Amino acid sequence: MEIEVRDLRLASDSQEVLHGISFDVHRNEILAVIGPAQSGKSSLLRCLNRTTDFVASATVSGTIRVAGEDVRRTRDVFALRRKIGMVAPLPVGLPLSIYDNVAFAPRCSGLTRRADLDPIVERCLRQAALWDEVKDRLRSLGTALSGGQQQRLTIARALSHQPEILCLDEFSIAIDPVTTMRIEDVLKELRREITIVLVTNLTQQARRLSDRTMFLWDGELVELDRSEVIFSDRARSPRTRDYVNGVFG
Amino acid sequence: MRFARTPHVARKELAEAVAGGVFALMAAAMVVPLLLIVGYLVFMAWPVLGWEFIVDVPRRGMTDGGIWPAFVGTIYLVVLSLMVSAPIGVLAAVYLNEYAKDNWFNRVVNLAVINLAGVPSIVHALFGLGAFVYAARFGYSILAASLTLAIMTLPVIIASTREALASVPMSFREACWNVGATRWQTIRAVVLPNSISGILTGVILQVSRAAGETAPVMFTGAVFFKAVERGELFAYGLREQCMALSMHLYTLATQVPNVKEALPYATAVVLLGSVLLVNASAIALRVWLRGRKKW
Repeated sequence: MEIEVRDLRLASDSQEVLHGISFDVHRNEILAVIGPAQSGKSSLLRCLNRTTDFVASATVSGTIRVAGEDVRRTRDVFALRRKIGMVAPLPVGLPLSIYDNVAFAPRCSGLTRRADLDPIVERCLRQAALWDEVKDRLRSLGTALSGGQQQRLTIARALSHQPEILCLDEFSIAIDPVTTMRIEDVLKELRREITIVLVTNLTQQARRLSDRTMFLWDGELVELDRSEVIFSDRARSPRTRDYVNGVFG
Repeated sequence: MRFARTPHVARKELAEAVAGGVFALMAAAMVVPLLLIVGYLVFMAWPVLGWEFIVDVPRRGMTDGGIWPAFVGTIYLVVLSLMVSAPIGVLAAVYLNEYAKDNWFNRVVNLAVINLAGVPSIVHALFGLGAFVYAARFGYSILAASLTLAIMTLPVIIASTREALASVPMSFREACWNVGATRWQTIRAVVLPNSISGILTGVILQVSRAAGETAPVMFTGAVFFKAVERGELFAYGLREQCMALSMHLYTLATQVPNVKEALPYATAVVLLGSVLLVNASAIALRVWLRGRKKW
């Protein structure tokens, strides 16, 4: 079991955002999380790597285990965050060079020699299908890349600390369909090595990529099942069926 | 097709013209007093104005000569005070903007900063007199005067630094935290390099305040006259008293009889000129750093 979530509740400013959610994520699967806006999808990801710590008003209860480690009791939260790669909805190229964008995380954990960093940078950029486009200008600014390239740079950065889990939060909302398809191919490659949690607004994307799909609605887990079940008329909840068929949401 | 010119459209256009005109007039009104002040000062100061006036010492009981002791004294005061207030202010602002949670301690600190910024300079002067001259036994000295100026500039430096830090997008910080960077690693790698232009500008703008204030230095370390060699750069010791441009201007204008008429005006021109020069360099620095901005 890669991730184990039990009765997760998240409140922000005394308003509950997640109302007691329990689920597991299996090793090397792609779990899609679908649901309309404000249903708590992004908040769920924040709980996983404890970046809720940076939101003063957030209070979390329940248990979350990532790779066997209790997230809320872990002694080294920075090591925990390195186990999880996070990709935000809008591409965030840090105002550093392409090389430094990818080398940032390894440097933070103490690697400084070029001989150690170079292979990591190349591996991650290759994995993110960006290497061929940028290999001749690694010293130029990451923020100067196009939106789609920056999103792949973000993925390369998320892979640079060798995470066991990769979480993507609506990675395709700011990029074109061609780049989206390239990244989806990347994800299909990556699933052999790591576990992927894919938050998405696009039900078609969830159907294409995921092994299992979780439907969140208004902070509650409505249904979690194999994707072929969720995206068929065999889904148990009528709300799930309506959502994936585009009746609402 | 023709667009109909209804009475409503005509009224709108008139209102637009009047509004634009009034706003432009008010903006232009800003330039007039500045030009008048500078023009009048330079006109009156013209007979003595020159390099010689800056590097020469006052002569004939301050009724003639130059302003070197006051000029170099002001440099001492400003540099020393910023050496104290800039590091403290910038570091405190980093704490308040990047680390502080919303609790009673930080609310007290915030309140202190805001209130300190609103304290009149004469009150700062009295505080400096009590705290540095007497309680800390620094005596009337450059040290006491600089520390007083430092306390006066501190809250403004904190405020401007916080503003510069807050202008760095939150998504940069989150991207760093997500890969397991600590707050300090994030600040060092991303936040500070991208806010340094705003921080430096804020600090440099405080030079003009520190140079211009009279009361704080008059109460704590500036004197009427101090004998200094012509053009001597290392004129004062830390525990000595010094002359200062702002105070010198005050004494020339009100305390000394039979001063050559151009002297106070020329002093004012030098004070104003050096402050404008420093501010211009701040603008130049900001433009240069912004040209290297990375997003």
